[in-house]
Amino acid sequence: MGLKSKNMIGLRDVSTGEINLILDTAVPMKEIIKRRIKKVPTLRGRTVVMVFYEASTRTRTSFELAAKYLSADTASITAATSSVSKGESLRDTARTVAAMGADVVVLRHPMAGAAELLARTVCSSVINAGDGAHEHPTQALLDLFTVREKKGRIEGLKVAIVGDILFSRVARSDVFGFIKMGAEVRLAGPATLMPPGMETTGAKVCGSLEEALEGADVINILRIQLERQQQGLFPGIREYARLFGLNRERLKLAAPDALVMHPGPMNRGVEISPDVADSLQSVITEQVTNGVAVRMALLYLLTGGGVRSETVD
Amino acid sequence: MKLLIKGGNVVDPVGGTITEKDILVIDGRIANSGKGLIAGGAEVVDASGMLVVPGLIDMHVHLREPGFEAKETILTGSRAAARGGFTSVACMPNTRPVADSAAMVSYIREAAFKCGIVNVYPVGAITRGIGGEELAEMGDMKEAGAVAFSDDGSPVMNGGLMRRAMQYARMLGAAIISHCEDKNLSAGGAMHEGAVSTILGLRGIPASAEEVMVARDIILAEETGCRLHIAHVSTAGSIRLVREAKSRGVKVTCEATPHHFTLTDKAVTGYDTSTKVNPPLRTDGDVAAVKEGLADGTIDVIATDHAPHTVEEKDVEYENAPFGLAGLETAVGLVWTGLVNTGVLTPLQAVAKMTVNPAGILGIPRGTLEVGAVADITVIDPGLAWTVDAGLFESKGRNTPFHGMPLKGRVFMTVVGGRVVMRHGIFENC
Repeated sequence: MGLKSKNMIGLRDVSTGEINLILDTAVPMKEIIKRRIKKVPTLRGRTVVMVFYEASTRTRTSFELAAKYLSADTASITAATSSVSKGESLRDTARTVAAMGADVVVLRHPMAGAAELLARTVCSSVINAGDGAHEHPTQALLDLFTVREKKGRIEGLKVAIVGDILFSRVARSDVFGFIKMGAEVRLAGPATLMPPGMETTGAKVCGSLEEALEGADVINILRIQLERQQQGLFPGIREYARLFGLNRERLKLAAPDALVMHPGPMNRGVEISPDVADSLQSVITEQVTNGVAVRMALLYLLTGGGVRSETVD
Repeated sequence: MKLLIKGGNVVDPVGGTITEKDILVIDGRIANSGKGLIAGGAEVVDASGMLVVPGLIDMHVHLREPGFEAKETILTGSRAAARGGFTSVACMPNTRPVADSAAMVSYIREAAFKCGIVNVYPVGAITRGIGGEELAEMGDMKEAGAVAFSDDGSPVMNGGLMRRAMQYARMLGAAIISHCEDKNLSAGGAMHEGAVSTILGLRGIPASAEEVMVARDIILAEETGCRLHIAHVSTAGSIRLVREAKSRGVKVTCEATPHHFTLTDKAVTGYDTSTKVNPPLRTDGDVAAVKEGLADGTIDVIATDHAPHTVEEKDVEYENAPFGLAGLETAVGLVWTGLVNTGVLTPLQAVAKMTVNPAGILGIPRGTLEVGAVADITVIDPGLAWTVDAGLFESKGRNTPFHGMPLKGRVFMTVVGGRVVMRHGIFENC
């Protein structure tokens, strides 16, 4: 069994069966990470190139370690230190990387659609590590993996996603992923950071944080970018924390065993209070480990692990 | 030089008739029309089964010269116009340098005259350098041949300045063509704001960005008495505002582009940058409103907003791509396929919106086949099925979302000043 496409651009394009395949494959991958010697020869002789047009520590490191644990060779290109800063187009950079023999290109880019443009340009597999406000599929996959592992299921769960939905690729990928897997998704955030037509995805747009939290099984708190305030999209951090910050009191509205998630990096005391972030309900650190596991699974599946001709539905 | 176009269905958008008859052209003017004309020594063209219409006028194109010759030149743009059946085009002033002086207006006219393909009517800038800060010398430009004034693409955000521009244009008897966009509302947007932009993660341009400026300019036109022409209306709200203003007698006209009655924002899915236009492709409801506005006469003109760009400029991330599509060579096919063949417009209505109506707004002596008129004639084969191939465009611009689209209705022949310049895709006499 394998994936239909050579690329992972977004969860909107993949089937429930494919998501399950990735999550199932990530289970043994997580075992590898827990070993004392974290290395298997599966991707020996394969090359994974990280092309990052945006600053990122955790996603790039996570992909890099995922590739290394599978024995792939890795290289990294960041915009500031490459010919990108000399004005080379995304297409030409992509062709160059592919010509050097990259089997997989992992792209992080500030503009929506960049991963799709890249995938059309090169024969290598392309993994979208975040393109503008479009999608960040591996983040959603690790969120799904974490919830499935902790709760034993995803179907029927109430999932609240809170914060800056407008600019969040994590929110979009999570919405597509959780809805495909049968969860009920609720969105809450300042009206100025809620994009129009979000309900067409099947998610419920809530009028307040409290409405979204009521009985929730999973609470995913998004990072609020401080620059949004400078853009005039909301009045200020203090009020944001008061209206949309997750604290102890508000957490009581959710199910008693609700999971608290955050894609990081956190603004402690703004979108999430420190005691909630460090509480027993928080799975934020676990998410990071799972991120490596699902990325290992994806690298394995995209480089021919499983048979593509026998795709899942 | 004599030319006899025989047996076509001659469309007269002024008289409102379509008559099967012949047209005789002598020395660049319509010499006679009627059944069974005979003329010794004339070149005879068989137009049976075809529509013979006044030379089409596209009042909104970007020819890019001077300054952006990699995108288009006056020559290639003229050829694209002739291929698309347009005998006259009005070109927007956002060249480099900007057409904001009599010298620039004269230069464009002379360069076009040397090309000798179609009539090119420059639109002068409202403000110097289309900077939106001080009025350009509109009087000088009018004398040099500017047919209207516009800061197209760079809307005049300062309401006080726009008001003075209208007062001044009214004195000159010229129309102001307004690209209605509130830059504060559209800032950062790459496509229409709605469910599709949300899914694609692209910043949106709300309908209100257009509509608040349509409302402002209508109010200023009513106050100043200036003739206002609103470029490329794209939303139901804009059309409602224009309809209401017209019913009160405000001197306002407007145009719609073929892409705004053909495509919706769903076409952006896949991030094809040839769908990136300004104003953006809107929703199904807006497309329906544009068609309704065309049918009931609220929308006076069909214009292409022909905006060619190079492949390199468009072959980038969606947000980095420039706005615009190359529209001259697909317009007639889209009008017939989307409007005439579907019964939205009669052939007479469609032809009026591409001839006599824009001629009236620009104040140019074109758009009619009356005896004595300049012989600008377009012959359309309404039944010809063809497929758009951007690789075969005369324009340098290959940026079209219609590549590969089957259309029905195509221009067979373009006659400018009595000269056949294009026949069946082949250029003659130029």
